[in-house]
Amino acid sequence: MGITGAQALVRTLEEEQVEIIFGIPGGAVLPIYDALNETNIRHVLVRFEQAAVHAASGYARTTGKPGVCLATSGPGATNLVTGIAGAYMDSIPLVVLTGQVPTSMIGTDAFQEVDITGITFPITKHNYLVKDPNDLPRVVKEAFHIARTGRPGPVLIDIPKDVAAGICSRGAPERVELRGYKPTYKGHPNQIRNAARLMQEAERPVIFVGGGVISSGATEELRKLAETLSIPVATTLMGIGSFPENHPLSLGMLGLHGTAYANYAVTEADLLIALGVRFDDRVTGLVEKFAPRAKIIHLDIDPAEIGKNVEVNVPIVGDVKLVLQSILALVEEKKNEEWLAKINEWRERYPLEYGNKKETLRPQYVIEELGRLTDHQAIVTADVGQHQMWAAQFYKFARPGSFLTSGGLGAMGYGFPAAIGAQLGNPEALVIAVTGDGSFQMNMAEMATAMENNLPIKILLFNNSGLGMVRQLQHFYCERRYTAVEFTGNPDFVRLAECYGAAAYRIQSPEEVVPVLKEALNNDRLTLVECVIDRDEWVYPMVPSAKGLDEMIQYRDVEGKQNE
Amino acid sequence: MKHTLAVLVENRPGVLARIAGLFSRRGYNIESLAVGQTENPDIARMTIVVDGDDRVIEQVSKQLHKLIDVIKLSDITEEEYVDRELLLVKVNADPSVRGEIMQIVDIFRARIVDIGRNTLIIEATGDEGKINAIEASLRPFGIKELVRTGKIAMVRGPKQ
Ligand SMILES: Cc1ncc(C[n+]2csc(CCOP(=O)(O)OP(=O)(O)O)c2C)c(N)n1
Repeated sequence: MGITGAQALVRTLEEEQVEIIFGIPGGAVLPIYDALNETNIRHVLVRFEQAAVHAASGYARTTGKPGVCLATSGPGATNLVTGIAGAYMDSIPLVVLTGQVPTSMIGTDAFQEVDITGITFPITKHNYLVKDPNDLPRVVKEAFHIARTGRPGPVLIDIPKDVAAGICSRGAPERVELRGYKPTYKGHPNQIRNAARLMQEAERPVIFVGGGVISSGATEELRKLAETLSIPVATTLMGIGSFPENHPLSLGMLGLHGTAYANYAVTEADLLIALGVRFDDRVTGLVEKFAPRAKIIHLDIDPAEIGKNVEVNVPIVGDVKLVLQSILALVEEKKNEEWLAKINEWRERYPLEYGNKKETLRPQYVIEELGRLTDHQAIVTADVGQHQMWAAQFYKFARPGSFLTSGGLGAMGYGFPAAIGAQLGNPEALVIAVTGDGSFQMNMAEMATAMENNLPIKILLFNNSGLGMVRQLQHFYCERRYTAVEFTGNPDFVRLAECYGAAAYRIQSPEEVVPVLKEALNNDRLTLVECVIDRDEWVYPMVPSAKGLDEMIQYRDVEGKQNE
Repeated sequence: MKHTLAVLVENRPGVLARIAGLFSRRGYNIESLAVGQTENPDIARMTIVVDGDDRVIEQVSKQLHKLIDVIKLSDITEEEYVDRELLLVKVNADPSVRGEIMQIVDIFRARIVDIGRNTLIIEATGDEGKINAIEASLRPFGIKELVRTGKIAMVRGPKQ
């Protein structure tokens, strides 16, 4: 006696406390969709499978639970690939379920067959092709375990149709036993002592944090460390929100479009304390010129990250939260007055700036006002491009998990579906998707999903009639020869949103910003606010390619001069 | 420098593809890779020879270790180990040169495993140096076909 594989799958998902599955059905997953009739797990029908993974990612990043999505074999599965790769690069825990053709047909190039485990080897933490229904409960349980522990990541389970329809007479094991998988959580005591000593002795220390601090829930420990030893904190794009940006020790973001003071501080530092980061090239600029005077402490749960891109003096493999607790027990209060004074001087001399706010509609100003009106408390997602950088620079994030964007992969189309996942996981929260006209058009059909589920998401769309960030690159690197970056066929976004039944506004001048944003934020419906901006708006500072962080181009060097 | 890695993995379909894929997508070159079951049928052992500086080898090892199916990995390059390769070679051998070839086979303690009208198949086992030497000695006769298994290796002494 048994139940079907699909029923066993659903039961195990219930045991794992899954609340929501994002997906689109198809022939190969008919038995699974049929089994969903018998559960309280909510299925959210998206319009494009890519949006299902991105939504699952937004859900995971704002709830701390793995996100789950489901797609049929073949095209359903391949449509997931971008989202899976994004989650892999950003270490987001996901369990991805795909249908597969019946086992007897695997390898025959059957209708809608694709080797999705083969395709996703390089972009999943692990994946499974299940050949026996009896294995399903164990595999699902393992998948959740792998996805959420150690360095989190996406795990894919490929389920042939006959396996879902077949009989399963086994339940999930009590415990997961994987002899090849034993993440290290506690750091090595000697290295912890070394790190604590270096931190205590450093004269010009900088802490530099990434997404690992958020996924390990270490924000409190981070704040204590920074305050105890008076160390300024810079974050990566993924680390935004881990340290309140209104804190006097916050340097904001560092790297390619980081603040000048963060980049100068890193360049002058004698000790760099890297927490849950992977030294992405968008952060380091030219590696040889990155933190040239600093000893480096690198703490990460993934041993393969340590020493991968930069040489490290004190490597610590472990969970950021646990290790910081051990370090906190060893350090004593300290003031770095001279260093902090120097940093404040940079902060005052080279602030984030963009010129006039009053004459034309400036995207930076819109984001600043958005931050102010929402008290920096909203969950903000961003797509990829200039708008993403303005959001990262000017919103002034205060909470972990409040800024969601595709960091490692940089996938346009991420923001809006991620907002859908975030809103479903946090019904009470204010969720805002900051997007560009290019990115939004990649997944704007999801307005239907948002409407269907009554999600009052705010879409803040910066319309510069083109692919702004690439246009910026062509401006700086291709002598203003603009190729394939200008849109002439854009829809009327306000009318488009209205077609879906959403509320919509258009802002064209600075005076409209505050009143329209206020109205939009108080609206309890899906709302789109289009800001029509100048296409010659650039993101500053900017570190030119193959340069050190202190060689950035700043607003004052270019536009500031012209305006004088 | 060449490194020899001994890798214990779950004996499951797809594991070899995962490992080979990891090398190719990170731009590392596998010199040789030999796989087979161990005393425990659930576990297979791979002997992988890779060329690279210490940094490359460290990354290879760490990335391999991240695979859920990899149970244990050791770089045995610096250890005392026994290693063997198997060679099968089909060489031109008309009757006038057979005697000479058989002498070579004797010297290397190899074996003739098949006799054709004008060819011989020779089997040899040994470390890489010996296999290279026998190959070189037979080359003048004209090698028609040749296969080598890649290296398998085992550390001397009691199992750690
Ligand atoms: C899927 C995908 N395709 C292409 C790119 C390359 N790319 C990076 S930014 C960008 C332009 C984005 O335009 P838009 O969304 O309008 O934002 P803007 O830069 O104008 O604010 C492009 C095409 C990408 N990151 N992702």
